[in-house]
Amino acid sequence: MGDTGGTPGAGTPMTGAQSLITALEHAGAENVFGIPGGAILPAYDPLFDSTKLRHILVRHEQGAGHAAQGYAAATGRVGVCMATSGPGATNLVTPLADAHMDSVPMVAVTGQVASSAIGTDAFQEADIRGITMPITKHNFLVTDPAEIPRTVAEAFYIASTGRPGPVLVDVSKDAMQAQTTFRWPTELNLPGYRPVTRPHAKQVREAARLILEARRPVLYVGGGVIRAGAAQELRVLAESTGIPVLTTLMARGAFPDSHPQHLGMPGMHGTVAAVAGLQRSDLIISLGARFDDRVTGNLDSFAPNAKVIHADIDPAEIGKNRHADVPIVGDCREVIADLVVALQAEAEQGRQGDYEAWVEFLAGVKKKYPLGYDKPADGSLAPQYVLERLGKIAGPDSIYVAGVGQHQMWATHFIGYEKPGTWINSGGLGTMGFSVPAAMGAKVGRPDTTVWSIDGDGCFQMTNQELATCAIEGIPIKVAIINNESLGMVRQWQTLFYNERYSNTDLQSKRIPDFVKLADAYGCVGLACESPDDVDATINKAMEINDVPVVVDFRVHRDAMVWPMVAAGTSNDDIKFARDMAPVFEEDDI
Amino acid sequence: MSRHTLSVLVENKPGVLARVAGLFSRRGFNIDSLAVGPTEHPEVSRMTIVVNVEESPLEQVTKQLNKLVEVIKIVELDAEQSVARELLMVKVKADVDTRGQVLEIVQLFKAKVVDVATDAITVQVTGNQGKLEDFLRVVEPFGVRELVQSGMVAIGRGGRSITDRTLKPVPVPADLGSTAQSRPA
Repeated sequence: MGDTGGTPGAGTPMTGAQSLITALEHAGAENVFGIPGGAILPAYDPLFDSTKLRHILVRHEQGAGHAAQGYAAATGRVGVCMATSGPGATNLVTPLADAHMDSVPMVAVTGQVASSAIGTDAFQEADIRGITMPITKHNFLVTDPAEIPRTVAEAFYIASTGRPGPVLVDVSKDAMQAQTTFRWPTELNLPGYRPVTRPHAKQVREAARLILEARRPVLYVGGGVIRAGAAQELRVLAESTGIPVLTTLMARGAFPDSHPQHLGMPGMHGTVAAVAGLQRSDLIISLGARFDDRVTGNLDSFAPNAKVIHADIDPAEIGKNRHADVPIVGDCREVIADLVVALQAEAEQGRQGDYEAWVEFLAGVKKKYPLGYDKPADGSLAPQYVLERLGKIAGPDSIYVAGVGQHQMWATHFIGYEKPGTWINSGGLGTMGFSVPAAMGAKVGRPDTTVWSIDGDGCFQMTNQELATCAIEGIPIKVAIINNESLGMVRQWQTLFYNERYSNTDLQSKRIPDFVKLADAYGCVGLACESPDDVDATINKAMEINDVPVVVDFRVHRDAMVWPMVAAGTSNDDIKFARDMAPVFEEDDI
Repeated sequence: MSRHTLSVLVENKPGVLARVAGLFSRRGFNIDSLAVGPTEHPEVSRMTIVVNVEESPLEQVTKQLNKLVEVIKIVELDAEQSVARELLMVKVKADVDTRGQVLEIVQLFKAKVVDVATDAITVQVTGNQGKLEDFLRVVEPFGVRELVQSGMVAIGRGGRSITDRTLKPVPVPADLGSTAQSRPA
């Protein structure tokens, strides 16, 4: 197909399926994760010949979707997945919902039954456009082959601009089989889609004024800073003002963990310093964050004395959960850059904020209540220790992709992130099974970077079939299974809130399956480690294997819990840094 | 809670109504009334949505509506500054003895008889919600056999139009697949 449709208006005759593949090439797609099936089959024929598109044959469509997410998160480019109609498409529902929650730019292409059969309950028919309306940024059903290039262009444009998100393009089989003319559009007609990226100057000035007036400000940094590529700008803002920084689960890596101004992650499992930083602040400068319930705890008692500057590219996030005193709609990178300029101008006039007492107070809290954990008395392996060592050995240049649960929280706390894009996880939807396929996608996007999937034994068993894909396609990810033979986070809640009645959380996964044998069966190297003394050697061994995927079964103590914790629905003021242990702040006047 | 009338301009494409209705239900908002039809621009449809909500959830639903790619514009119509109408068709029991009385009511309300049978007449009434309610209250004693009511449609007073077109296309960026193109270099 090659260089078709480059000249506007000229047009090249081809089938709808060829047009679809050519359009994906024009849109800049390089990798497609997918599985063929009846309705999408016409597209797989020209895909077979494409020299620009690499198709990676996954083992489950959910894997394709999460791989596209991992690819997008690691590269900043639109991730692409492909599936057939009906069950193929419905298997994409979870990744689409996940991408929607976490603002991941992604395009899903699905085959649909022939337009004449739509609505007849045909074989493998599902109204995937209807199904995915609430969980996509936008979606399309294409039945006219002439509409294919424009639709693909719009899908990529919508997915990657404004607040990024997933877009689904459902193409009927007859549209792919029909003859058409390929014309790549030169302009897009989306009258209802105009994302605002430039912040309003007046709002920025107003924000600067509040920042100068404040005595206890914090920079509450969310995933928008990562998506906007604004880590550099953030660092300048933080260092030029001295304002303490906290990074949400979606923003880990946006600001170096080693930085003295960094208080860590806020929220249900946030650090005491980050939670105190929000609760006692008089000004929250929210940058690309959305006051999620896992951050605020009980909203009524959240940061009761704080004014709020809320900057987000999505106007609907502003004021959704917490009133914003200064709303700023715009791309985080531009907002932060403008704030820096505005504050510099103030500084030149001799106006600077005075946050000394506040910074000192928080430094004290940070020192007094650092992240920590107890080593099990019986000498067995602490999961936190594994992640601490992994972070040290694999280092801040590796990419870490977590699943959901205890291991995710330990991974966010104990690895140590220094750079944006090195931490990828399912934050909003909390999708168990995210890690292995997302790590696969990240490795495809960043083949020269070490990619560690950090997974729980529960999560791992949901999507580990993609190890076959990784082994066959030459995608050498590394998997650290934090195996506590339990649905650990659920078990933790049962320990704390259900009288230690462990209903259906015992997975027995130190017995079944044998993860080392499973890895071996998938053509990967399987390693196991159950003693703290072997952790370094095992990680080093895994780091040395770069030709095939490696799976390490870290058999950890099952009673380890995630601390600190703010129990669901309670106030951030009731944070516990260990079981029944609440921090005591002496400087109550701060 | 208070009633708000939203005029929502949307692209005239299949599935738009489902998107809008789905958004309301998913965010927990009840629609009191919804009417949709074409406008003077064939590519644009207009929905009139009446919702009963507090001020701040209304702002949230408006922002969420604005996020729908096919929603072009949302205008809240102030009751004082706009004209709102609904259409009611009602089958009232009316035999030889009562028909005259019913017709008298029809005349009083400037309503219109659209069908007559031996035991009932069908009346069409247009007006605001209050007028329709009043009409129903008055004919109720005769017996209402069946009624059907349209959603409210509303238009702002004065010479200005909310459908003035601002449908400028945007150029296709060179690097379509990258989120970087939404940012300055």
